[in-house]
This record gives sequence, structure tokens and C-alpha cells, in this order.
Amino acid sequence: MRTAQNVIVENDDATAILLRRVPTRGEVMAEIVTQLATFRTDDRHVIRGETVIAKDLAIDSLAVMDMVMELEDRFDVSIPMNVVAEIQTVDELANTILKLAARR
Amino acid sequence: MGLFDRHAGLLDAYRDVRTTGADPFQIRMERVLSPTEAIINGKKCLLVGTNNYFGLTFDPSCMDAAIEAIRAEGTGTTGSRIANGSYSEHVALEREIAEFYGKKHCMVFTTGYQANLGVISTLVGPEDFLLIDADSHASIYDACKQTQAEVVRFKHNDPASLDARLRRLKDRDEGDKPGNRLVVLEGIYSMLGDSAPLEEFIAVCKKHGAYVLIDEAHSLGALGEHGRGLCEAAGVLDDCHFIVGTFSKTLGAIGGYCVSNDPDFDILRVTTRAYMFTASLPPSIVASVRQSLRVVKERGPQLRKQLWDNVHTLYDGLVEQGFKLGPEYGPVVGVHLPDRMTAIGFWRAMLDAGIYVNVAVPPATPNGVSLLRCSLCAVHTREQLDHMIEVMTGIGRQMGVLAPKLKVVGSGR
Repeated sequence: MRTAQNVIVENDDATAILLRRVPTRGEVMAEIVTQLATFRTDDRHVIRGETVIAKDLAIDSLAVMDMVMELEDRFDVSIPMNVVAEIQTVDELANTILKLAARR
Repeated sequence: MGLFDRHAGLLDAYRDVRTTGADPFQIRMERVLSPTEAIINGKKCLLVGTNNYFGLTFDPSCMDAAIEAIRAEGTGTTGSRIANGSYSEHVALEREIAEFYGKKHCMVFTTGYQANLGVISTLVGPEDFLLIDADSHASIYDACKQTQAEVVRFKHNDPASLDARLRRLKDRDEGDKPGNRLVVLEGIYSMLGDSAPLEEFIAVCKKHGAYVLIDEAHSLGALGEHGRGLCEAAGVLDDCHFIVGTFSKTLGAIGGYCVSNDPDFDILRVTTRAYMFTASLPPSIVASVRQSLRVVKERGPQLRKQLWDNVHTLYDGLVEQGFKLGPEYGPVVGVHLPDRMTAIGFWRAMLDAGIYVNVAVPPATPNGVSLLRCSLCAVHTREQLDHMIEVMTGIGRQMGVLAPKLKVVGSGR
């Protein structure tokens, strides 16, 4: 029987597996969408590649940085703050993560 | 687009705040009477939001020192130390602060904000890495904007998060990236009053060969056997390469400093713009700070005890009434409220009842929380704080922040 504890352990394993290889674009996009759902304050737009994160989803700059920290830990990369400041769209965020993960 | 259009969102929020009938960002102290009382809106108010941890703003010996200095050397220096030179007192103050920490070097700045801004942005440059806590003070964030180093942010008070980010500073093909790593921490965080788990952070920094800078703005006087701050309380003074602090809180004046043992530290005097291109501290401030530092050395243990007794009185009292507070005891007590408008309304009701605290709302707060920020003073009396708890409990019930328990306020205490 799966207890709550087991589920958590399985989730941890899944994370660990993802860390060992370069993630696919689909995996990165899926995770970004999950994270954005937590931080967005405007639900009117469907999240797409060209979605402008701060403007379309009404996420302030500090919350964007908090969300980025979650993504950093998920994919084991660090995105410097000055790079975060230049990222506008979901596609740009995904590209940055993929580029950094490939160099890891 | 007009110059102010980009602030439209903020303007709306600010308008909301002002509709409550009082503007917390333009409060006027008509007359300050003592470290704990002022006239606001024509009424005597209790001050519990002024960072005046030891109550030294009205210490007679500090006031006398300032007055004498004005008579002897005038009201101001009218220029920077680079252009106009240092007064002997600037140099004496730097020596005394260095001695206070047992460090070799000290640089004094005109404000604490400039100390962080100048030192942090200058210590690291191109190819270096600056790692900051997510809840860092605005002066640290502004240093990040000025520096040419790459800036990485780690989760608040989370040594494992810092560890992961230091570990990641490597390239698949080239291994560890060159460049220095500077980690910036704070002794006590200014919004929720929580302290960094410094020993664990130091261990992580040592493992990765990172330099440590700690800002003791809110912990000077309050923590450590001699009041040096968290670095002393945690027993890691020697492992903190740079300690920054301010004269504007415990020491009751204005100004900032940085101490270090690095033999080349003084080069910062001709490289740090926030030091070079602003007027130096006036003689009166330097004199009162030198005296307040003496007071901290002589009467520190007693003042520290009074401060912490007051921290416990307020913290325990508010918890007992059901308020949700910051995670630990500290000279800053942050009271969580459900949202911005409740916080502003609560703040306004307290002011009407004659109690001044700070209100802190997003974006100035971590994780979008809305807070009443209280800061304690060694010379608050038990009666003042009991009264405050009573008033806050009443307002809390009225506003539905606390459960409407039918309990006699103050019973069983």
C-alpha cells in the first residue's frame, strides 16, 4: 500500500532522475507552467510560449525571482539575476534553462 | 508614455492605502519626546517602530558629546573625505569600531545603506559571483544592480539552497568557474526579525571557499556577549570576512561601517563610489556615535537584558492572544495580517489609539506578506507593552483578525 510518505519518496526519485540528464523542452515547459500556476495573479490568459510572464500573468518581479528559484532547484541550474531581469516570455525562460542544463 | 505611467500600478495601491484616512508613508512626528514617545496628530503616542533598540537617541552623554562637537568643529564637513580630507574624529571612530570587533580595518560611511551599496558592489567585479539571501535588504539588492558580478539568489535562511548554488558554479567542460564568491547574509532580518543560521552558512561557505559578508544592522548591541551581533553570538566572528553595520539603530544616530581583517581593505577608499562621492559624517554625529559605542561597551549587558525582556513580553503576550508572529524572538516583532488592507486598517486603528508601529506591505515584504512591524526598545516599560498588547487584542477582535473569545484581557498573566 502506498502511504503518503512513499509518494513523497517517489517524487524525490523522479526529481533525482531528471537531474542526471538534460531535460527535454517538453519537461521544462511543463514545469514552468506548473510553477506559473502557483505564482500568477491573473488567470485570464492560457500560458503559451509567447506569454509575457510579468505582464500577461500579473506576477511582480520579486515573485518572478521566487518562481525562478523553484525552477533552478528542479533542473539543478542557476539563472543569474541579471539574466532573469531580461527574460520576458515563457519561451525565453525555457531556452535559458535548457541552455544552462546542457552546460552542466 | 508619460514619465510616471510605469508607476500606475503602484499609484493605485498607494491610493488604496490613503483611502483609509491616514498615510503610513507620510506620517509626521510633530514632536519627538523621548525614545518611546512622540506627538503624532496632536496626540501623545507610544513608539514601537523606530529601531531605537537601546533608546540612546536621548542619552544625555551622547547628546552632550554631539553638542560639544558642533561648538568645537561646526555643523558639517561640507565635502567627502577624499576631496576635503578626514577629521581626526572620523579616524578615531574607525579605530574604535575596528577595536570593538577585534578587526584590523574599518571604513565609515555616511549611511548604512551606502555601506552595503558601496562595499558589496565594489568587492566583487566581472567574473565574480555574488550570492544573496532572497529576503535581503533593499541596500543589498541595489548593490546587485551596481556590481558587474553575476548575482545568484538563494532561498531565505536556507544553507542547503546556498550550497546547491555554490556547487552549480561550474562548467561541464571547464570545471569550476574562475572568480571570487561573496555570500551576503544578515544578522537579523528587518521585516520578520529572524536570524540567519550562521554556523551552517559559514560551514557551506568554507566548503566552497566563499567570502562572507554579514550585515549586523539590526543585531548590533542586541546579540552577542559584547553586542557585536550574530557573528559574535554564533561564535564565528573570525570567519566573517566583512561585517557591515549602521549607526542609525542601536547607536541612535546615522551612518554605516564595514570592518575587515583583509590587508588590502583600505583600497576600497579609492574605489567605492558611495564613499568617495558623498559628504562625510558631520562632527556631531561622529561624536555621538563614539559616545554611544562607549555606552554599548559599558552598559551593554544591562541594556541588552532590558531589550530582550521586552522582546519576550511583547512576543509572548501577542502569541498568547492568538496573533501570528515571525518565526523567532527578536528585537523586531513582525505581526502577520491576512492582507494589505487589513494591515493598513489595523495600523490606522493603532495610531488612533496612540500606538505607532510600522506597516509593511508588498512589495517591500518577503513572499507578499502584510505585516505590522514592531521594534522594541530597552527603555520601553512593562506598562507600555502590556497596554500595547491590550490595544492590539481589542483591535484584532474588532477586525476579526482574532477569534472573538470571551476572555478577560490580561487574565492569567
